[in-house]
Amino acid sequence: MSERFDIAVIGCGVVGLAILRRFAMAGLKCVALEKGADILSGASKGNSALLHTGFDAPPKSLELVCMQAGYAEYLDIRQKLNLPLLETSAIVAAWSDDEVAKLEAIESKARTNGVADVKRLSQTELRIREPQLAKTARAGLLVPGEHVIDPWSAPLAYALQAIAHGARIIRDAEITRAWRDNGDWQLATPQGTVSARVVVNAAGLYGDHVEALVHEAQFKISPRKGQFVVFDKPAAKLLRAILLPVPTERTKGVVLFRTIFGNLAIGPTAEETDERENASTDTATLEKLRARAIEMLPALKDVSVTAIYAGLRPATEHNDYVIEAHKAENWITVAGIRSTGLTSSLGIAQHVAKLYGKHFGKLPKKLPAPIWTPVPNLAEHAIRPYMKGGEIICHCEWVTRGEIEAAAQGPLPARDLGGLKRRTRATMGRCQGFYCAAHVSATFEKVRANSGQVADLADKNLLPPNESARFLVGRAEARGRKAR
Amino acid sequence: MEHHDVIIIGGGPSGLATALALSQAGVKDVVVLERETEAGGIPRHCGHKGFAPYKNFGLMTGPNLARFLRDQTKTLDIRTSTTVLEFTLRGNLRVHSAQGIVEMSAGKIVLATGTRESSRAARLIGGNRIKGVMNTGELQQRVYLNGEKPFKRPVIVGSEWVSYSTLLTCRQLQVNPVMMLGEESEHAAPGYFTFGAQLLGTKVVKGAKLAAIRGRHSVEAVEIEQNGKRRTVECDAVVLTGRFRSESALYASGFLEREGHAPKMTEQFETSRPNIFAVGNVLGHLETAGRCMLQGRELARVLCA
Repeated sequence: MSERFDIAVIGCGVVGLAILRRFAMAGLKCVALEKGADILSGASKGNSALLHTGFDAPPKSLELVCMQAGYAEYLDIRQKLNLPLLETSAIVAAWSDDEVAKLEAIESKARTNGVADVKRLSQTELRIREPQLAKTARAGLLVPGEHVIDPWSAPLAYALQAIAHGARIIRDAEITRAWRDNGDWQLATPQGTVSARVVVNAAGLYGDHVEALVHEAQFKISPRKGQFVVFDKPAAKLLRAILLPVPTERTKGVVLFRTIFGNLAIGPTAEETDERENASTDTATLEKLRARAIEMLPALKDVSVTAIYAGLRPATEHNDYVIEAHKAENWITVAGIRSTGLTSSLGIAQHVAKLYGKHFGKLPKKLPAPIWTPVPNLAEHAIRPYMKGGEIICHCEWVTRGEIEAAAQGPLPARDLGGLKRRTRATMGRCQGFYCAAHVSATFEKVRANSGQVADLADKNLLPPNESARFLVGRAEARGRKAR
Repeated sequence: MEHHDVIIIGGGPSGLATALALSQAGVKDVVVLERETEAGGIPRHCGHKGFAPYKNFGLMTGPNLARFLRDQTKTLDIRTSTTVLEFTLRGNLRVHSAQGIVEMSAGKIVLATGTRESSRAARLIGGNRIKGVMNTGELQQRVYLNGEKPFKRPVIVGSEWVSYSTLLTCRQLQVNPVMMLGEESEHAAPGYFTFGAQLLGTKVVKGAKLAAIRGRHSVEAVEIEQNGKRRTVECDAVVLTGRFRSESALYASGFLEREGHAPKMTEQFETSRPNIFAVGNVLGHLETAGRCMLQGRELARVLCA
């Protein structure tokens, strides 16, 4: 006999996990299904990790509403979840007469959007704030509320809090078929069939494919690729604020920013692509990014590159987010959440909960007392585990054995080295694993082997009886079978 | 605060040889700080022959040389699993160990942190970010320390000494690399090495560049560029060898003046700061373990003078 959920969220990116958290905390019985081996394996894997005020978002858009609500909730809950905030502020820098002229419109849009603390900076003020900036910078617009956050710990904390409130997360669970039985959704996955009253499609880069399971999609995902170059840590002290370009008609342009891990990065590019996973970088573009960064911040020429990566944003043909409830189909669509998703995720969750209340049933007025699930801090500027001792295994990022072992266990253990990296920073530093990769993976695999982990769906009740053998099959075997 | 006459950062061939020579010269209070769980440095995972103490070449394997060094320095104060996090503004050291973080000071500090190969990122090699791309350092640790066999048909990139050392590691695994991509290098090994590689059955392609790495979950192919043309070569791993860079973590933030990618040095091993010295491969050129030991001995002489 299979268990019945109130809500099934499809997709464990930052948006899906924030939605899962919101419903679980409201006391609903929830499950989230993830196609990848671990959470955050799609669009949420690679972004610029900024907390935006929404100063440059389209006025009156749903995107703006969700960003500002998400921004406020993040600041409200972050200490209880031990999530970091690097208060950098941002500067929209103008490098030509044309760009200087455009600052006024940007400033007035910011005020329209309720971001009232923006301030124009003269060339002198710009130089005082950012002495390392190239002399060709002409003027700027200061946006004090823009900050840097941890792109992976935040969604991990949302997931863990959802789990603490009784939610289930099932990975390696791509939906292969969906149908309705007495009104309830039946979602078939390689891990078994899940039944739920209402489905939330937060499938990101595969949003249109998942939408097609229920009806003709009103949108098409056109992935937009962004490549990034990350400089070594000495670069971080060359810049205080996030440096934003004046956007052109065509693109928002590349941003130069500090990361929460103590580096400095430039990106993203905006390239149309057919890739939906495993975004690729290319040397010519990376070289251009590096050159552009040096042009803006000349002292970067002596700093080596620590990492390169590419992310994919699930853009659609619509300018705004596509968030809709389909009442007859017990279905909520959450699509087209582009680069602002990290900021807006908590706000999107609030909005989706409202849609649910309006169309599918009342949420309890009085929420159960929240259980807080603080996550280990990975931010460079705050207290980290190595400071109390322990054995350092990753020497560039100062990651301890204890952190690696902890990440391989618990209610949502890392399932691959990518997941381990996102939970600990191990091998993310300047040597990119030259010294420690062998040691890190041996340590990780040892804990995994000892804890006898199987698939996430370790509860027989969830599955129809004839499928009960399948979740006992180790992940590796399941993979092998799929590959064949 | 803990104070010593000399603190040596790094327990590889140059650091250990410096410590040994100092103690033989009668300097009592010398401490070596080594972040790995055992001293010996890079030779610990170079399982092939070619090493000798204080000599350029010999018939010892790397692990044997590392063991020799540990034996010789057995009675010295060598602290393993101890990481120097950074220099403080005053030039003291912030030091991490299992017990926590302490500050240490010394009359003289020797930087012997060695060198490492440039990563894929530092080389800006595009393509997919997947498993199966490694430096020689990672490969040798996987093979000689963990006993793994990480691939069946790798492509080796590079034409330096270490590139051929990678080839030897592959031979020990009974793996025949698909090809060696002989990128141009200022530190290229002599031409007859190419001939040797070909005798072993590995195709050496010169004047080509690795343009991209492709695959879904792990490496499936590489794209190489030669005479303006691209072609795809199937393989299951990429070993990026050579292009050694001074391990600069402790001084790159501007603590020491630099020259290129290494600290600025005098003939007497002095850095831009008084009483801070550097020795061995941290100086930015790749030398054999034996030569690093000779340098350590030389530095000890300078320090005692």
